[in-house]
Amino acid sequence: MRWITARRRRPFFGYAAVLLALVAVGMLYAAVTGLGGSTASAGSGSSSAQITEGKNLFAVSCATCHGEYAQGSSVAPSLIGAGAAAVDFQVGTGRMPLKETNAEAPRKTPVFNQQQIYAIAAYVASLGGGPAIPSDQQVSAAGADTALGQSLFNANCAQCHNYSGAGDALTYGKYAPPLTQATNRQIYEAMLTGPEAMPVFNDTTLTPVDKRDIIAYVTQTRAEANPGGFSLGRVGPTTEGLVAWLGGIGALVLAAMWITAKRREDHTGEITGNR
Amino acid sequence: MSDSNERLTMPKPLAKQGAELDDRLHAAKGVRTLLRKVFPDHWTFLLGEIALYSFIILILTGIFLTLFFNPSMTQVVYHGSYTKLDGVRMSQAYESTLNISFDVRGGLLMRQIHHWAADVFLAAIVCHLLRIFFTGAYRKPRDTNWLIGVAMFTLGILEGFLGYSMPDDLLSGTGVRIAEGTLLGIPVVGTYLSFFLFGGQFPGTEFVARFYIIHVLLIPGLLLALVSAHLFLMVHQKHTQMPGKGHTEANVVGQPMYPYFMVKTGAFFFFVFGALALLATFAQINPIWQVGPYTPTAISAGSQPDFYMGFLEGSLRMFPSWTWDIGGHTVSWDVFVPALVVPGIIFTGLGLWPMLERWATGDRGYHHVNDRPRNAPTRTAFGMAGVTIYGVLWLEGANDIIADHLQIPLYLTTEIARWAVFVGPVIVFWATRRICLGLQRRDASMLTHGVETGIIVQQPNGGFVELERPLNEEEIALISAKPPAPLSIARAVDENGVPEPALRGVRGKIQARVHEVFAEGISLAPPANGHGNGHGNGHAVTEGDGERAAVGGGPAGPAEVGEGQAGEEGE
Repeated sequence: MRWITARRRRPFFGYAAVLLALVAVGMLYAAVTGLGGSTASAGSGSSSAQITEGKNLFAVSCATCHGEYAQGSSVAPSLIGAGAAAVDFQVGTGRMPLKETNAEAPRKTPVFNQQQIYAIAAYVASLGGGPAIPSDQQVSAAGADTALGQSLFNANCAQCHNYSGAGDALTYGKYAPPLTQATNRQIYEAMLTGPEAMPVFNDTTLTPVDKRDIIAYVTQTRAEANPGGFSLGRVGPTTEGLVAWLGGIGALVLAAMWITAKRREDHTGEITGNR
Repeated sequence: MSDSNERLTMPKPLAKQGAELDDRLHAAKGVRTLLRKVFPDHWTFLLGEIALYSFIILILTGIFLTLFFNPSMTQVVYHGSYTKLDGVRMSQAYESTLNISFDVRGGLLMRQIHHWAADVFLAAIVCHLLRIFFTGAYRKPRDTNWLIGVAMFTLGILEGFLGYSMPDDLLSGTGVRIAEGTLLGIPVVGTYLSFFLFGGQFPGTEFVARFYIIHVLLIPGLLLALVSAHLFLMVHQKHTQMPGKGHTEANVVGQPMYPYFMVKTGAFFFFVFGALALLATFAQINPIWQVGPYTPTAISAGSQPDFYMGFLEGSLRMFPSWTWDIGGHTVSWDVFVPALVVPGIIFTGLGLWPMLERWATGDRGYHHVNDRPRNAPTRTAFGMAGVTIYGVLWLEGANDIIADHLQIPLYLTTEIARWAVFVGPVIVFWATRRICLGLQRRDASMLTHGVETGIIVQQPNGGFVELERPLNEEEIALISAKPPAPLSIARAVDENGVPEPALRGVRGKIQARVHEVFAEGISLAPPANGHGNGHGNGHAVTEGDGERAAVGGGPAGPAEVGEGQAGEEGE
């Protein structure tokens, strides 16, 4: 205590005390709301405090485009009825808040932590329903049918995301992103809410069981090894052709040059035939 | 130069056996000729061999695959060792390809070698064809063999398409669907042709079995016959040779089949096999288990054909959607033109090129010494323009992958391709011609001034000069091997200013003008002629070049030219 007493008149002490208090409050808050623990329950049950926090965050980071009451504007859609799942997907994948207006919002490191995302989600949900954030059980791939997932994926997803989930270009600068980083919950939410150019696959189009099968197929496909060697990006024959030209013919042309370059300066062994 | 003429001595037991064999087969003379066949030593002469050896490897691995592949479209439910697809409905063709990949020992490696060999086979054919084209090696008397080559190229593309269609996966099924659409796009008979090929509505239950028998029997048989004819003609007509010291129209300089070339080509076979085995070991190709079985209701993004069909895919992708409705019948120009007319023009043009060039140059003579590409600027320019068109079509075939990875809007790539396919070849034609003529000027300057050495010397008066070294004999032979302008140009107008009968009238005038374009170039006479045209005024085509103008024109030309030198160079 003498250590503190000796320094409490110093200028930095005030800042240190504030910092300590903030950390303490944060930890207390985390303990109460269960940060990082069972996330889904935190997302679903929303208190008025959480909604208030979400409203404040929304006013700071979202309202510029989406409007003060999330009613939308000329550059951004209304979020009334968008639902918690849409917020969790858009903010959780870092797409929102938007850095710049382009044809497509790219995935980037999220600006908010999960707790703040839940707060914003709770606020947007409080404005008028919409799909809720799915629970861990809902998005679990355990015990799902990958064979059915394969058929469903090829019928519904592959035409944009590619057979392997590698993604591809869409019209007017939009694109279907690769499914290499999306979490189970984000895949589920994307199907549920149809972000960017993606259509909505609601629970009558793809039942919750179908969605889990697709998640199982996507996650198992991206995790599985490539038995034939390097994957070449899993984008089909384009890269194969590139490798055939550069690695195949390219290497063999070098070999041909080497083989024919090996000859004697004095033309020993050379013969001349008549036509 | 010809010290290898000494008799080859055989070990006694071998000689005795050989004599016994020859008593029956009378083959010694032919074998001896074959063993003494001359192979010019230039790396571009091995490009065709890459194709030949890939073809051999294709046959070997293909035989292995036929032992396990089941060309049936009977639907089954999969319960194999690739558990992710356990319970998926698929055709037996797809199931057996999965089994080859996961259950047959070495099956995946064989499949991958087969597929890589197919890609390398066609890439090698393209390279070989470009070499033949740009050096003028297709000229009489080898225009027949050129046609055989073009036929093999076409058959090779078709063979490859049938091959990757057979596993009946989502990607290949999409390709077959496009082929069906192309058939349907043929006016009047299209529908009948499609029903004939697929045995009814697409996809039906027949096409894999039909493609299979065409893929493993019909086309390989045709290819084998054509390869034999190609090689027979090559041996019979003997190799061309690149220009060089002592290389004339009357001789062929190179290494004998035995022992030199045999060793080199034997080694090269193993290079090809090794490269393919390495590719197949380290680079995964056509992972059909990821793609999934074909169903007509599904399609994947990034559906591309193998590279050799890419130009057709691009042609289809960039063509505007033009259809006519004539009396209730749809005419799909948007499929018929890009998928049939465009490749028709490309391959017919390729086949007819030697004939077109004969007309354009008036050169009907034999040619055994190849041109350096720069010495035939107009041909080289036409070739590069063709490469540009092919290249644009090819890139457009992968436009979604390019758009995705380079972050260009998809439709912009198509717009660029639509312009580039018309504007690109014109620019490339012009630029190539100018580059070729520029290189000729440089050659002319080297003949008269020698080669810059990069050594700068200060003179006593303070000035600097760069030392130049005169060309050596081999360099002079290479550079001055440029053939003179074809005879018909010189003959176009006689001493009274009257044009040749064949070049009168509108058609004749056009032809005479084309002759001029094709003959434009700089005379590259050896330096013995003095300073001459060395500074390259660019248009010294015929004047003052009389003695060389007599060479290489008529059919009798080569024999006359060759005689003097052949005596010295011959064995």
